[in-house]
Amino acid sequence: MDSPLGLLAELTYRCPLACPYCSNPLNLADYQDELTTDEWLRVLTEAEDMGVLQCHLSGGEPLLRRDLAELVTHAHALGLYTNLITSALGFSRPRAERLRAAGLDHVQISIQADEPTVSDRIAGIPSFRRKIEAMAVVKELGWPLTMNVVLHRHNIDRIADVLALAEEVGADRVELANTQYYGWAWRNRAALLPSRAQLEAAEAVVRATGERLRDRMDIIYVIPDYYSRYPKPCMGGWASRQLTVTPNGDVLPCPAAQSLPLPRASVREDQLKRIWAEAPVMTAFRGTDWMPEPCRSCPRREVDFGGCRCQAFLLTGDAARTDPVCYLSRDHDLVARAVEAANADSRDDGLPLVPRPHRPGLPPVARPRPDRPVGGGRPS
Amino acid sequence: MDPTPTGTTQTPTRTRPGVGVSGSARPRLAGHVRLTFCRTRQRKVLLHPETVVVLNGSGAAILELCDGRHTVAEIMTELGARYQTVPEDEVRQFLTRLIVRRWVELSDG
Repeated sequence: MDSPLGLLAELTYRCPLACPYCSNPLNLADYQDELTTDEWLRVLTEAEDMGVLQCHLSGGEPLLRRDLAELVTHAHALGLYTNLITSALGFSRPRAERLRAAGLDHVQISIQADEPTVSDRIAGIPSFRRKIEAMAVVKELGWPLTMNVVLHRHNIDRIADVLALAEEVGADRVELANTQYYGWAWRNRAALLPSRAQLEAAEAVVRATGERLRDRMDIIYVIPDYYSRYPKPCMGGWASRQLTVTPNGDVLPCPAAQSLPLPRASVREDQLKRIWAEAPVMTAFRGTDWMPEPCRSCPRREVDFGGCRCQAFLLTGDAARTDPVCYLSRDHDLVARAVEAANADSRDDGLPLVPRPHRPGLPPVARPRPDRPVGGGRPS
Repeated sequence: MDPTPTGTTQTPTRTRPGVGVSGSARPRLAGHVRLTFCRTRQRKVLLHPETVVVLNGSGAAILELCDGRHTVAEIMTELGARYQTVPEDEVRQFLTRLIVRRWVELSDG
């Protein structure tokens, strides 16, 4: 067992945005009892002590935590590389200056499309202009900027314009992340999954633009695994390199793993180091011993580690099965059927998107597709 | 939240056959990259928003000299004083790989 390299600190699941592709859990109400500042400071100290080098501050929207600068100061003092993953709402100039002074190393800002109408509809709140302003502040204060765009059926056709926007705002990296189907994205899968023709067109644009901009910008393309022959090597192997701490202190190998039927492990009840080494949630699928066939005898077993446990669980109800994305999986037809539906001529274009609520307890309300005009509520 | 690193990324074609590292160039680490020492692993590491590279001794020695002041030729000389053999090709290849990934930048001397 190696030491983890990165900590994903999910500081809160509260969020001003309501993106239907959100990977946060559906049971947001179970995460309201957030760790205190002192508890997070202890988590950071324990993480560094066990070999963590990078700290990704995420959520929800991490800027909703008033103690964010304090947490960054501590992580920086420990020598961690600190990365803020934000919607940029709440990233005011004074706040940014405080984070800069605290030692924050890198800022990743999400945007939902290349222009305000579509972006704001997907985000469920007028936010595009504030995001562009925040990107300018990031550059002005001398941070490296990553622009993140989650791709799905309703924005993937705009990828050339998305890349042009990234160039315009001076992003150092742009992450084009095909939706991963967990949490709210899983719930909205039928409405979000793009067609094969959409993906092929997008990938041609990514290749050509990557070539043109190679000296100026890194383009990271997260593969649409439903269309892949082999599964993704999720997290570089279960509990191998990364760990996640959720807003209420649960420790997980990845942010989607709270859905699995494994006993909880919490920083409120145990040390991070012991959880990493011994908790069933970490040891259940570590290494290759847990593997069934066809993974067990597969030459790729240490290339993709059987794919994603959470995806296997969501699709088959059994986390110990081969990721059904793999063409060798006995459950592959579950993925093939979803892909077939996304490409069918008879596909219903009016599938509703369920936005994730900003806060727990707000009932989700289906809203029209983002590429279809809505009456009223025009973005500012 | 947005998806976080899951080991699922692909970078579009990145081969750049024409990259030459001339002896007079002065390499330095890119702004978003940090070279630091990891106490737990007792090794130097290179940190990047999504990646950690655990360095071997000579890799660390080269990167410590990538400070924007030393030229590539000076780095070779410096390494030659510390190690018995300095395969120049390997040093250049190492730097080229990092330049292609935009972790090291060059300014001409």
